[in-house]
Amino acid sequence: MKHLRQLEHQSVYILREAYKHFDNLAMLWSMGKDSTVLLWLARKAFFGHVPFPLLHIDTSYKIPAMIEYRDRLAREWRLNLVIGQNKEALANGMNHTLGRGVCCTALKTNGLKSLLDEKGYTGVILGVRADEEGTRAKERYFSPRDKNNEWDFRDQPPELWDQFKTTFPPGTHIRIHPLLDWTEINIWEYIKLENIPFMNLYLDRGDGTRYRSLGCAPCTFPIKSSARTVDEIIEELRHTTVAERSGRAQDEGRGMELLRKDGYM
Amino acid sequence: MMTATHKTAATEHLNIVIVGHVDHGKSTLLGRLYADTGSLPEGKLEKVQAICRQQGKEFEYAFLFDAFLEEQEQGITIDTARTFFTWKERYYIIIDAPGHKEFLKNMISGAARAEAALLVIDALDGVKEQSKKHGLLLSMLGIRQVVVVVNKMDLVGYRRDVFDGIEKEYREYLDQLKVRPERVIPVSAKQGDNVASRSERMAWYTGPTALEALELFRKEAARSQQPLRLPVQDIFKFDARRIVAGRVSSGRLRVGDRLVFSPSNKTANIKTIEAFNVEPLPTEAQAGQSIGITLDEQIFIERGEIASRQDDLPCVSTAFRANVFWLGRRPLEQDKKYALRLATREVDCQVAIIHRIVDASDLAHQQGGTFVGRDQVADVTLRARSPLAFDLVHTFETTGRFVIVDEYDIAGGGIITELVHDEQEFLRDEARRRDFAWVKGEVGAEARAQHFGHRSALVLFTGPADASKAFLARKLEMILVAEGRHAYLLEGENLRRGLDADLSQSDTRDTVEMVRRYGEVARLLADTGLIVVSTTNPFGLAHHQVIETIRTLVHPTPVIAVQMSHIKPEAEEPPPGIDLMFAGPEDFDAAARQIVEELKRRGVLAHAIGAKPTFQYSI
Ligand SMILES: Nc1nc2c(ncn2[C@@H]2O[C@H](COP(=O)(O)OP(=O)(O)O)[C@@H](O)[C@H]2O)c(=O)[nH]1
Repeated sequence: MKHLRQLEHQSVYILREAYKHFDNLAMLWSMGKDSTVLLWLARKAFFGHVPFPLLHIDTSYKIPAMIEYRDRLAREWRLNLVIGQNKEALANGMNHTLGRGVCCTALKTNGLKSLLDEKGYTGVILGVRADEEGTRAKERYFSPRDKNNEWDFRDQPPELWDQFKTTFPPGTHIRIHPLLDWTEINIWEYIKLENIPFMNLYLDRGDGTRYRSLGCAPCTFPIKSSARTVDEIIEELRHTTVAERSGRAQDEGRGMELLRKDGYM
Repeated sequence: MMTATHKTAATEHLNIVIVGHVDHGKSTLLGRLYADTGSLPEGKLEKVQAICRQQGKEFEYAFLFDAFLEEQEQGITIDTARTFFTWKERYYIIIDAPGHKEFLKNMISGAARAEAALLVIDALDGVKEQSKKHGLLLSMLGIRQVVVVVNKMDLVGYRRDVFDGIEKEYREYLDQLKVRPERVIPVSAKQGDNVASRSERMAWYTGPTALEALELFRKEAARSQQPLRLPVQDIFKFDARRIVAGRVSSGRLRVGDRLVFSPSNKTANIKTIEAFNVEPLPTEAQAGQSIGITLDEQIFIERGEIASRQDDLPCVSTAFRANVFWLGRRPLEQDKKYALRLATREVDCQVAIIHRIVDASDLAHQQGGTFVGRDQVADVTLRARSPLAFDLVHTFETTGRFVIVDEYDIAGGGIITELVHDEQEFLRDEARRRDFAWVKGEVGAEARAQHFGHRSALVLFTGPADASKAFLARKLEMILVAEGRHAYLLEGENLRRGLDADLSQSDTRDTVEMVRRYGEVARLLADTGLIVVSTTNPFGLAHHQVIETIRTLVHPTPVIAVQMSHIKPEAEEPPPGIDLMFAGPEDFDAAARQIVEELKRRGVLAHAIGAKPTFQYSI
């Protein structure tokens, strides 16, 4: 339990640094377990307030229950919700059958890019964890992205002693990752500890399956599981040797590395 | 990324960095450690072996770690990668820091987070410059638990004399840095000797295996037993509460405690410790926690100040001596302006003296210079533009170290080894003692500011005798009062005839005392909430010296130093210590207006004079 609180205090510190240094700051919220924990940590950091907008990149293919959950929390927690959508791509019929990488790039990466351009956000907070997959283990807490939104993981500025990169040339922006040190189990332990409301898609609702990671309906598949409570999820994760994102089609092959170099979250 | 399975619920977490010269076997050691402890995800080993067969390559344990395809092509770990595994109730976060020379900044980013380090040396190749440099940097980063792994013992026939030679050489080196490795272990990562299981081929070695050495690392003790340090991160006013936010870097605090903020010397008691989703509110907090407190008095404090108790204050100075390591593409140059960040404080600084460049291969070697190159370590004196609070690194880690920002990027870091006494030190101490003992009335500075519509300040005119200083000072006083501000012209001459009647202007000791008395009078007037406008003559001393003394004595009241001269100044920017420059005679109204604007910019004047003044900054 002590370790969870350490993670919490570090994340809160990072969120407050972000708020202090970035005039035009926003947080991505996908309604998944990680970004919802992140949102909760923001309420911790700012004593019940969330002093920046929450961005949701709506691909239009999200599971409907996710949208209901989003709107309910936005109301109850008085959130400033900003929804971005690549309408042009959708109008032209973009969908996953045209290729998963293509679809993710168009609807998510480009949807995010154009929202960032339009609103001029210079700091974007994301719920990325280092243990999710290889590329994410190389992120800094504050990672710069260049004018084209690209990430040069070979040449990142040093980050030490809780001093972060908070100044940057015009036209670039910084991605901020307060959850970098958390693991999937930590996320669930914290949800339990703080009693954070989460979507029941993560639980087995009677058919012996549950979602372990949530994305677009056509590209996210449930896993076999009989976990009906947070405790049972934690127990299950302790024994699994299957990767968390195995139900996410975009991770196949070199998919994630290519997507993330281009600015995918 | 490799996430090993969590078979048991770990009760403790430990961050470990693994460093060493490139190719000495870090990745292989980790691959072996994971494989031999059964920590790999199911099928991972077989999968990598299959790929090797397919590509006709010999299987390497190191491949298990190469998350990026690029890395496998180049054969070096590019950035800091983290892997995790649980062993005997402890969860290890292993930071794999690249050994390649070009990636020293990544090694530092990785190592700075670690509580303990494994340093790998190739038995055949021996102690290399990078092995030494890594040892030096680990000592600077404050990592005290170090285990040295002498790898590839298979290549030297598992010979004891080879091992002993390396151990001796490396221990002697680390000794000069006051780093004492806890253990030196002979292993062969490739063959699995002394990694997870004891090797029969090195029966002469009776110490722990690499895995046992991990178990023997201790968890760093919390710093809550040390005196209190709480660097102020931000002041929040989202609702009725005015919350001072920050992370306790050492010690503990309780509701009701009296805090001193340095360098402003403001004091107040903790009224509440605020928290979200915590019932009832906490009554105490300790090192490591990111907290928010409210105070019983509305004092004006800013980000960057350090709260402590009065009986154990941090140092305050404009200068200190430090060991710095430089990672920037451009060298660190003497006398160039950089931003220094220490805990939450950011201040302009420059390197005043480069005492010596530290040569990692030969620590005794003396070498001076006017710049510090990339990946070099140097012993320097740094001078900041304004006083800051800090500690010496051996007493307080977090407030005893800093980073240097060059343009947009963090380009170096350092640890403070010594306080450098500046000229103001004596007066600063006096001012500090006087402020702590200051007996306050019921009306505080904030109440006065709300009532007057401005804060107190000191506008100080300097320059040659006939530069119309007095004329502009009078003009400013008139304009301020006409606008409804409370301003007063403090004439140095008046003090000389009365307060200083016992002193002689021809004796330097007396003139120093005159400056001190002047400063104390200005301090008193500032405490009444006035904007003090003053033309002091420099008492026969240098202008900049007088201004600095007065700033110290009236601190933290803002001082606006206005320099008047006959001729148009050559430089665009005012010299250090001067805020505005005018060449007289010129348009006096415009000049006075400019000073009023400066007062607004500095947050002294509220923008509009109305029923309820609003200040630009947080109160
Ligand atoms: N013979 C022998 N070779 C080793 C041993 N450990 C590592 N190597 C080899 O040394 C080379 C570099 O190892 P690697 O782990 O990639 O080094 P790193 O750059 O420090 O991560 C590889 O070819 C390894 O197979 C060892 O104990 N014995």
